[in-house]
Amino acid sequence: MTTSTEPKTNPIQDGHSSEHRERKWQDYFTFSTDHKVIGIQYLVTAFFFYFVGGALAEVMRTELATPDPDFVQPEFYNQLMTMHGTIMLFLWIIPAGAAFANYLIPLMIGAEDMAFPRLNAVAFWMIPPGGILLLSSFFNGAPQAGWTSYPPLSIVSGKSGEEIWILSILLLGTSSILGAMNFVTTIFKMRIPDMDIHSMPLFCWSMLATSALILLGTPVLAAALILLSFDLIAGTSFFNPAGGGDPIVYQHMFWFYSHPAVYIMILPFFGVISEVLPVHARKPIFGYRAIAYSSLAISFLGLIVWAHHMFTSGTPGWLRMFFMATTMIIAVPTGIKVFSWCATLWGGKLNLNSALLFGIGFLSSFLIGGLSGVMLAAVPFDIHVHDTYFIVGHFHYVLFGGSVFGLFAGVYHWFPKMSGKMVNETLGRLHFILTFIGFNLTFLPMHQLGLQGMNRRIALYDPQFQTINMICTIGSYILAVSTFPFIINIVWSVFKGKKAPRNPWSALTLEWQTASPPIIENFEEEPVLWAGPYEYGIDTESIDGNESVEEMLAEVGAES
Amino acid sequence: MQSSTLDESKVALNYHQAIETAHHGHPDHRMFGVFLFLISDSMTFLGFFAAFLIYRSIMPAWPPEGTPELELLVPIINTAILVSSSFVMHKGQAALKKDDVSGLQFWFGLTALMGIAFLLGQGYEYFHAEFGLTTNLFTSCFFAVTGFHGLHVTVGVLLILSVLWRSRQEGKYSSTSHFGVEAAEIYWHFVDVIWLVLFVLVYLIN
Ligand code: HEM
Ligand SMILES: [Cu+2]
Repeated sequence: MTTSTEPKTNPIQDGHSSEHRERKWQDYFTFSTDHKVIGIQYLVTAFFFYFVGGALAEVMRTELATPDPDFVQPEFYNQLMTMHGTIMLFLWIIPAGAAFANYLIPLMIGAEDMAFPRLNAVAFWMIPPGGILLLSSFFNGAPQAGWTSYPPLSIVSGKSGEEIWILSILLLGTSSILGAMNFVTTIFKMRIPDMDIHSMPLFCWSMLATSALILLGTPVLAAALILLSFDLIAGTSFFNPAGGGDPIVYQHMFWFYSHPAVYIMILPFFGVISEVLPVHARKPIFGYRAIAYSSLAISFLGLIVWAHHMFTSGTPGWLRMFFMATTMIIAVPTGIKVFSWCATLWGGKLNLNSALLFGIGFLSSFLIGGLSGVMLAAVPFDIHVHDTYFIVGHFHYVLFGGSVFGLFAGVYHWFPKMSGKMVNETLGRLHFILTFIGFNLTFLPMHQLGLQGMNRRIALYDPQFQTINMICTIGSYILAVSTFPFIINIVWSVFKGKKAPRNPWSALTLEWQTASPPIIENFEEEPVLWAGPYEYGIDTESIDGNESVEEMLAEVGAES
Repeated sequence: MQSSTLDESKVALNYHQAIETAHHGHPDHRMFGVFLFLISDSMTFLGFFAAFLIYRSIMPAWPPEGTPELELLVPIINTAILVSSSFVMHKGQAALKKDDVSGLQFWFGLTALMGIAFLLGQGYEYFHAEFGLTTNLFTSCFFAVTGFHGLHVTVGVLLILSVLWRSRQEGKYSSTSHFGVEAAEIYWHFVDVIWLVLFVLVYLIN
């Protein structure tokens, strides 16, 4: 009885009391240990590389508008293609996932910062050198062996570019591992006491699954690249058949990381979507546990499907059967998620703003990418379309239609929190419409190209493919244009946007219980967990579900 | 009425928990981080070992015809040194648990010396090997795997030396504050266990 009033003066708060330093813009260029600064650093850096990677893609598409290599030389095309793939994966999508994780995890679980703030800063500051190193290879002959860097091609196609590529990936991989250590520790150890693992936001679950894959997969890629480096520089022949080695071993090691890596690239955005949809549909998430556990299932299954990339590499029949089966089984947890998201939208009071539009765009495009993925899991079909544009179409539907759309949904959703400003909805919707049209125009016809037999990774092709290629190129120009409303919107909003309240979407997760942007150590006092993360409109007493959420929010000072 | 007293006792409970964590300042999660790191690091070795085993199973002869026999004497001595060093090191940690810092310094110093002896042994082995890095696939594997492990031993020795260096500072390590000591020790055991697997794979089963 007597202690009941004391929690008000919570001892945790007493130490570093209310002197809240102001955030200065210079902080973003320093070795800051604040997870919010680091999150923004990741995000802005990732966007920079996105525009670089996108520009390279536009050059490629311009070249591919006509069958002849008239715009760039084939050799340069190979460099563009390798750099585009590598940048998009290792310097755009993976760091962008880490950006959201860094920014959101501590806020969502009510912590002041990540478990290891300094390690966190170290992880971020490996990315700019890694990226600059990679780009510097253009001056000295960029790598040409594709983002997969298969030997023996990678051993014979230009030493310096290839070695730079390896070093850069090792650096970026290390950064990714350090980040993952932080995410797991923070999620397990730093939640406010009231938040058990089943009341934490689904984004945290998806980051657990992602981090597990990073921790288990990335080191194996590192091992492969170290051996490849030996072959390249020291004259060994681990992977060089000419010296008695075996390139297939590289493929196994590479894909042991790189298949899980596709989940490293999509799972964070599964998490983002699970946050965005319920808020803007004003409905509880459908199947919280199903979504949470399916992330873990995907993570586990993701580790045992890698050889579906090697159906044409002389893999024995029984092994192909195994990998075909496991790959198809992954469609089950993935399907569970897609159905849960659809059910979340079903009958909701949809607020079709930019965030939700991108969320729905994610659902529809990812669905196509997922379905073509199941087609590719079937060995006979894969043998038919292996190394054709069908593959290029498929993985852009997952990577662009999935990850990038999810990423934009997250950017629009959390922009008010991160910047303290609202975005312009008209420009945001314009951005969505242009992106959606451009994206489908660019990548849908590629499936047809692949079925007709057009190979990927080529700069010149048979004239019969010209019409469809032209459509793809026009689509890619629309995509290029689509970034302008986005950039204008973001820049304009940061400086001139309407001030954002703490909780513009009446959302229930903890990050909305503090100021926008959050104060330096996140919360004035330890936040109260007064509702599950997705309990929208469940108060049946009230006539209007929304109203009751408003009331609940007002109680904890997170009203909009 | 009843429910409100229940609530109050729950609040009180939370309050005590809050005090508890506040007491240790920022609760220390670094050991957890070290474990995650080691899980990750072990996957690097798993990658190397898996490659090694695949080569072993697909090559017509392993090691390939004409590979000189591996000398076993030095590696066996090295194994003995490394394995016993783990026990030696543990004595250091046990000493610290009794606040005996000079005990810690003695045993850790001894461990560092044993680690250096191991590295010298490996250097001797490399120097006197009748084959080189590029002789054939097996010898390439040999140098890559043992070299990568040797790198880990070197890091381990450096960790121990840095613990020794810091332990000169009064009160840096004690029975209640010993993260650096424990982390170095866990790492050392890890390197030790990896060596045992490596020893079996590279030296014994061919
Ligand atoms: C602006 C939109 C984009 C366009 C127009 C585009 C276009 C292309 C083209 C033309 C290729 C080369 C195909 C070939 O020659 O085989 C390619 C490859 C690739 N793209 Fe994109 N892409 C875009 C966005 C993205 C994004 C957002 C990602 C990932 C997040 C991505 C990941 C990749 C990867 C991994 C490759 C494979 C590179 C390789 O074959 O080694 N792309 N893309
Ligand atoms: Cu795969």
